[in-house]
Amino acid sequence: MAWRLVLLLCLAALPGRAEEVVLGLSRDKVAITANFDGSNILVFGAVKRETAIPEMPLEVVVAIAGPSRPATVRRKERRFGIWVNTEAVEVDAAPSFYAVATSGPLEDVLSRVEDLRHRITIPKAIRSVGTGVLDAENFTDALIRIRMREGAYQMLEGGVALDEQTLFRTSIDLPANLTEGDYATRIFLTRGGQVVSEYETVIDVRKVGLERWLFVLSREQPLLYGLMSLAIAIAAGWGASAVFQLLRRG
Amino acid sequence: MQIYLPIAEVSVNAFLLLGLGGLVGVLSGMFGVGGGFLMTPLLFFIGIPPAVAVATEANQIVASSFSGVLAHLRRKTVDLRMGTVLLIGGLVGAALGVVVFNYLKSMGQVDLLVRLCYVVFLGIIGGMMFFESLRAIRNTRSGKAPRRKKHGWVHGLPFKMRFRTSGLYISVIPPLLVGVAVGILAAIMGVGGGFIMVPAMIYLLGMPTKVVVGTSLFQIIFVTAFTTLLHATTNFTVDIALAVLLLVGGVIGAQIGTRIGTRMQAEQLRIALAVMVLAVCGKLAMDLLLQPSELYSIGTAGGGH
Repeated sequence: MAWRLVLLLCLAALPGRAEEVVLGLSRDKVAITANFDGSNILVFGAVKRETAIPEMPLEVVVAIAGPSRPATVRRKERRFGIWVNTEAVEVDAAPSFYAVATSGPLEDVLSRVEDLRHRITIPKAIRSVGTGVLDAENFTDALIRIRMREGAYQMLEGGVALDEQTLFRTSIDLPANLTEGDYATRIFLTRGGQVVSEYETVIDVRKVGLERWLFVLSREQPLLYGLMSLAIAIAAGWGASAVFQLLRRG
Repeated sequence: MQIYLPIAEVSVNAFLLLGLGGLVGVLSGMFGVGGGFLMTPLLFFIGIPPAVAVATEANQIVASSFSGVLAHLRRKTVDLRMGTVLLIGGLVGAALGVVVFNYLKSMGQVDLLVRLCYVVFLGIIGGMMFFESLRAIRNTRSGKAPRRKKHGWVHGLPFKMRFRTSGLYISVIPPLLVGVAVGILAAIMGVGGGFIMVPAMIYLLGMPTKVVVGTSLFQIIFVTAFTTLLHATTNFTVDIALAVLLLVGGVIGAQIGTRIGTRMQAEQLRIALAVMVLAVCGKLAMDLLLQPSELYSIGTAGGGH
């Protein structure tokens, strides 16, 4: 494993605190191309320490969060015999993608207080205040449930492999329906549920090439974009008619 | 082969879209309808957001109806004057429709409205067509000639105008109203409205059947083009990649469908279409009536950007 060697060499070169993360990413840029079909990111690294390994076992938590956006969660109710959207809750900010991987069972790895402070687990990553609906929790629960089913939210307990309390790695699947933006990647080192060290980096997810061009055009020059769509439609309609007329004659 | 749609922000199988376009194209070629009323619900099923499906479908109909109109122009079966009157109504209707669409989108009821429109119209049209063609088959078996109504209440209205190609001298009010109604539906449902326009022209306006399809297609081009532009500029929901995949399949399918159509009997054709329309309608109605497995749904806040 060449990367382990590289990491260990890095360890020797870096100064720092008692325990620190040295991180590697299999890629720090994800390009959404026209045939983008999801992606996979390998997050790996090592714990660099000056002192001897303490008694209490070390645990690692990796959290990747996509850009947060407001979302509206609606609930259906039966009205006049048909199912209609009735109540709605505006969630102030919900990440479009969120994955948490831990090196062990969550309750052993992270205390509730630390979770709240660092906003690590999925429910803590969603911000929702002053909704005006009595059972607002049901709505945020539904948001998490739906996004988990789509693979947009992932809770990978035991998903981080940790060797010798020093080397760790985890692999996280990014779904095909990815929105672009900066994906904040945080790594926490914990002991007895307490965060002892934190490291943050960013994975850059961008539409590229044609995807980027079309998206930007549709937002910045909507009229031109609309006219272009029409021109393509007209050309295709004319083309099909002309081709099949030729075929009929030939 | 997966394709990431830049506006819908979902990844879908390109061959599935080509196939869908082709299938709907075959049906539209066979039956002389735009096919939007089938395509839009199919796009819902494969997970395209409804707002994108509706806007993009309008763009695809521009392609298929333009292709159709060219064929009809060659045969001189387009009443340009009637088409223009319908068009004026249609543009007004499309503008109204987009306003209604955006208002409902902000209320979170756009899904419901689109689905309700579909259930109601597919139910009515499918049912009418089914019984009409059953009767036609029974009549041809017993040897009776089909009847056609020549005069109706529409002929008593003011502002009369002469439509030479259709051989009509009628008031402009009914065509204008028909245009408005179809325009609203086109904007809300993402359809060209052919399946409503065609019966309205035959039964309400009394136009001869041979000019109906061409004229309907002629005005549909402009109404759906206008709808596309409105959706593109106000909602940013036209997905050009999706449109291209659908219309490539669609225009090819339409030509194949036309060939199949000429080998089938008209009544059998209409019954087949009616059954299919009723099946789509039934599926959508079930979704509204049965308790959904997930009561909650997620929408982007505020609608626009």
